[in-house]
Amino acid sequence: MWFLLPAYAVLLLFFFVPTAFNFIYAFTDWSSFKAAINPVGLDNFTQLASDGTLFRALRITVLYAVLVAIFQNLFGFGLAVLLERDTVVNRIARTFFLIPVLMSALAVGYIFQALLKPSGAVDQLFGIHYAWLADTHWTIVVVALIHAWKWMGLSMLIYLAGLKTIPEDITEAARIDGASRWRSFWRIRVPMLAPAVTFNVATALLGSMNGFDIVQATTGGGPARTTEILNIFIYRTFGQGLFAQATTMSLVLFLLVALMAFPVIYVLRKREAIL
Amino acid sequence: MSDSPIWRRLQPIVTAALVVVLLGIPLWLVVATAGKSQGEAIQPDLTPPGHWQLWANLRQVWTEGQVPGAFLGSLIIVVPTVAGVLILGSMAAWVLARRASRVTAVLYALGISGIILPPAVITVVLLLRQLGLAGTVIGMIGVYMGIYLSTVIFFVTGFVRTIPEALEEAAQIDGASPFAVFRRIVLPLLRPVLATATILICLYVWNDVFYAFFVIGGRVDTLPLNLFRVASAGLYLNNWHLIFAYVILMSLPLIAVFAVAQRRIISGITGGAVK
Repeated sequence: MWFLLPAYAVLLLFFFVPTAFNFIYAFTDWSSFKAAINPVGLDNFTQLASDGTLFRALRITVLYAVLVAIFQNLFGFGLAVLLERDTVVNRIARTFFLIPVLMSALAVGYIFQALLKPSGAVDQLFGIHYAWLADTHWTIVVVALIHAWKWMGLSMLIYLAGLKTIPEDITEAARIDGASRWRSFWRIRVPMLAPAVTFNVATALLGSMNGFDIVQATTGGGPARTTEILNIFIYRTFGQGLFAQATTMSLVLFLLVALMAFPVIYVLRKREAIL
Repeated sequence: MSDSPIWRRLQPIVTAALVVVLLGIPLWLVVATAGKSQGEAIQPDLTPPGHWQLWANLRQVWTEGQVPGAFLGSLIIVVPTVAGVLILGSMAAWVLARRASRVTAVLYALGISGIILPPAVITVVLLLRQLGLAGTVIGMIGVYMGIYLSTVIFFVTGFVRTIPEALEEAAQIDGASPFAVFRRIVLPLLRPVLATATILICLYVWNDVFYAFFVIGGRVDTLPLNLFRVASAGLYLNNWHLIFAYVILMSLPLIAVFAVAQRRIISGITGGAVK
């Protein structure tokens, strides 16, 4: 039993205690401007709620996470289906799609910042002039696409592994029974990918809610704070010395992820059970 | 999806086109821009450099961008973190997998909760200050271990459950201490899953900038922190050739590791996900 001790000591000290602190310091006026830390009740929450910051940041974070989950899974699934057969071309292509997964998210952000500059490389290719990263409506979608681009290789790998676990004879049996290729694909193989879908959707959703690097490197939360997800807010307010506000948002993120994790995993698992 | 003759012909072409558009363009932008002079790189685009000076740019970044120091900083954080989480995590996972009781079930749930729940980044800084570890390498290692132990516990516990207990029992009967059983019998068997965990955690820690910013920002330099600092300080403003030269330098170690251990990484990543 004492084999558990060192691991759980580290977890307790560096993970659970700070998390517990979140529930304390979110209700104080801790900042870099004062020496003392005093309890202030719900002031941080009411202040963040009243100026609209809280709900805007929440809305943007959830929207971002949902967009990333959709795009990343569409791309990953599409690539897996495209590259399923074990040919030389496909193997090389799979390796290429893993490069973004290995690269630092920060670097990916800078690459796309350069690509998407007004009259930059992408605009030149299309012969247009559009500020991809300065549109108050659509930039969040663009950034979510970049996030999905970075991680689509991982989703692809997991869908590929899922496709490999489906025995050939099941599809063959369906074909003999007269199902078209299209039908046997959508009706038999896709439903059997449920575990891979669970894993991919859950990791994409929860991972992007905790995102930071890509948004920071492409827009820094702009334009007009329309891409300011919770971690960007935390980073910014921490830099301003408003530690209590940053802690409050950190607690909000914790609760958001915790609240979303259980239903998301539950719903996806249940779907798996039905299928 | 289908194996009609037309598609069989078309598929490699579609694949090649996708690789060129989705990966070729961004990666070419990095290499081409990193090979340009400052004047050419001010407006980064896809034209090849008039005169390749990639090597000179890499050398300039290496000396002026404080790369060796940051590289060392990254190394002295990544190596102990990975070694620590692997050893502590597999010790705990062994016990968790072998003892089925209500207590271990609760401990397991707590142990893997960190996979989903975001760490409390602000209050961990406060805690480290109280411990006198703020801004130190040890503090950073502790924080990373707290974050990634859950990943190791999750992967290794699942793996230990698949290996038969007979070997360990035999060794115990022969009078081996629990420590000897763990070191001589369990640990060697865990090799494949530990390889996977090593890769994943290296990937996360090597590329992390968010947690590093809060814990050691400004005190200890790591490669991503350094990139973040110089790129956002405006020091490299209009120096896209240097930013991308830095990106190349920073990504090379991981890509080299990947090239060597590609097969193992792929089977490792996918093995745990689709069960």
